[in-house]
Amino acid sequence: MTTSTPAIAGWFTTGDDPRLVASRCTTCGTLVFPPPPADAASFCRNPACDGETHEPAELSRTGRVWSYTDAQYQPPAPYVATTDPFEPFALAAVELPEGLVVLGQVATGYGVADLRVGAEVELVVEPLESDETGERTIWRWKPVTELGEEADQ
Amino acid sequence: MSNAIAVAGVGMHPWGKWGRPFVEYGVHAARAALADAGIAWSDVDFVVGGETVRNGYAGYVAGSTFASALGWNGARIATSYAACATGAQALDTARARILAGLCDVALVVGADTTPKGFLAPNAGERWTDPDWLRFKLLGMTNPAYFALYARRRMDLYGATSEDFAQVKVKNARHGLENPNARYRKEVAVADVLGSAIVSDPLHLLDICATSDGAAAVVLTSLDYARAHGLADPVRVEAVSTVTPTFPNAVIDMPLLATDHFAAGTPERTFKESIADAAYEEAGIGPEDVDVAEVYDLSTALELDWIEDLGLCKRGEAEVLLRAGDTTIGGRIPVNPSGGLACFGEAVPAQALAQVCELTWQLRGQAVGRQVEGATVGITANQGLFGHGSSVLLAR
Repeated sequence: MTTSTPAIAGWFTTGDDPRLVASRCTTCGTLVFPPPPADAASFCRNPACDGETHEPAELSRTGRVWSYTDAQYQPPAPYVATTDPFEPFALAAVELPEGLVVLGQVATGYGVADLRVGAEVELVVEPLESDETGERTIWRWKPVTELGEEADQ
Repeated sequence: MSNAIAVAGVGMHPWGKWGRPFVEYGVHAARAALADAGIAWSDVDFVVGGETVRNGYAGYVAGSTFASALGWNGARIATSYAACATGAQALDTARARILAGLCDVALVVGADTTPKGFLAPNAGERWTDPDWLRFKLLGMTNPAYFALYARRRMDLYGATSEDFAQVKVKNARHGLENPNARYRKEVAVADVLGSAIVSDPLHLLDICATSDGAAAVVLTSLDYARAHGLADPVRVEAVSTVTPTFPNAVIDMPLLATDHFAAGTPERTFKESIADAAYEEAGIGPEDVDVAEVYDLSTALELDWIEDLGLCKRGEAEVLLRAGDTTIGGRIPVNPSGGLACFGEAVPAQALAQVCELTWQLRGQAVGRQVEGATVGITANQGLFGHGSSVLLAR
């Protein structure tokens, strides 16, 4: 039996409606992604706030592309390539309605030709890598509207 | 009152892949700078070393390493680390001590020996280090960040791959006669566009290499310079090492997200604030600048910096480029040294190399690449984790 677990704990939820999980300052509401480790002190990033307590806050699932690119050469370790030979993958920085830009890989099967600045994308969770203990998952950005489709409207 | 100090001497070790210990490069550059200043090593009473993280313990204590290699002379020392902005921070440390009257002659040295290929994070499992996590979770390399900025220029301002290639063509031409440049060869637009795409839209020749190299600067008070026959030296008019102002809404390498900017963004982006602080400190404006050395980690990034320095409006750097304004002989030449395009990056030395180049430019000694009549120059650079770097020089 194989298991499927997030590649990093506490940064995103899984299931049918996956979300990134930020940390929210309980004093001023400032969000931080990625959230600090559970056992670490969390000083609010807002210079006008001295809050030190925070709570998990799920972020919107959809956002708009701030910019995008791809990796056409295999990145160095600790990146783990899942195919041999290496297959390029796309990356996007996405602006969420909360007022935060978050990086992520782009969903499998999509490349830079499927993206443009301002386009809508949604969060999905896909396998990142796997070993004998099971599969590790990661958040990714998936184009919502096919570019050709939009042009027809 | 003026906070200016004198650049008494500058020196470099040529950039390349020489495979030698970084200390050798640093001592070479230091001796060249001292000779240029006509000041003896025994008269140096403060040494600042730019730390290199890749060369073991000697690199972590670079100030001590260089002072020891030159022969202990009893000088006080400091070591600075601010990633790519290391040189500016080292310079600022030396300047503060001079202006406080706590030293007469400061020697600032940065040197590096770099590995091949992508700069990779430190080894080990480091689940709380964003510089490790960006590789582990996303495969996000440095060129991928540069590519995000490049793509925005294309989608927002209509920049083209040809524009980016023209930056490389210009810088390659600028560096042809520079004896310290690693790459001294003409490059055509077709060469850039024909090179492999690393991270779309950037080609291999749009992205700077990593190099070995060293740069050194000898600094003194203006009074010391006058008393020692250094008439009309190039002056450091400002050093900006500012951090971002919350919320930083532009994603910065190596971070995975921006600050939360729901309540609005600051008047200036971080990169805009770097130069602005230098201008304000010097009482000199972008309209007074004759020449600029900016951190062209990628060709497209040079265009960003031109706007961040206030040399033109946002989205108009391509207009300057296409008109030849940023070429030597144009209105505001950028990277007359050839820039990182011709040097490759030697992290702790690079911000000092920018100062060396502008010193030669303002003295009229930049043979084969001189910006005629230049009297004011500015450098721009940014280090990982919120390190601004801009030095304003005048003569």
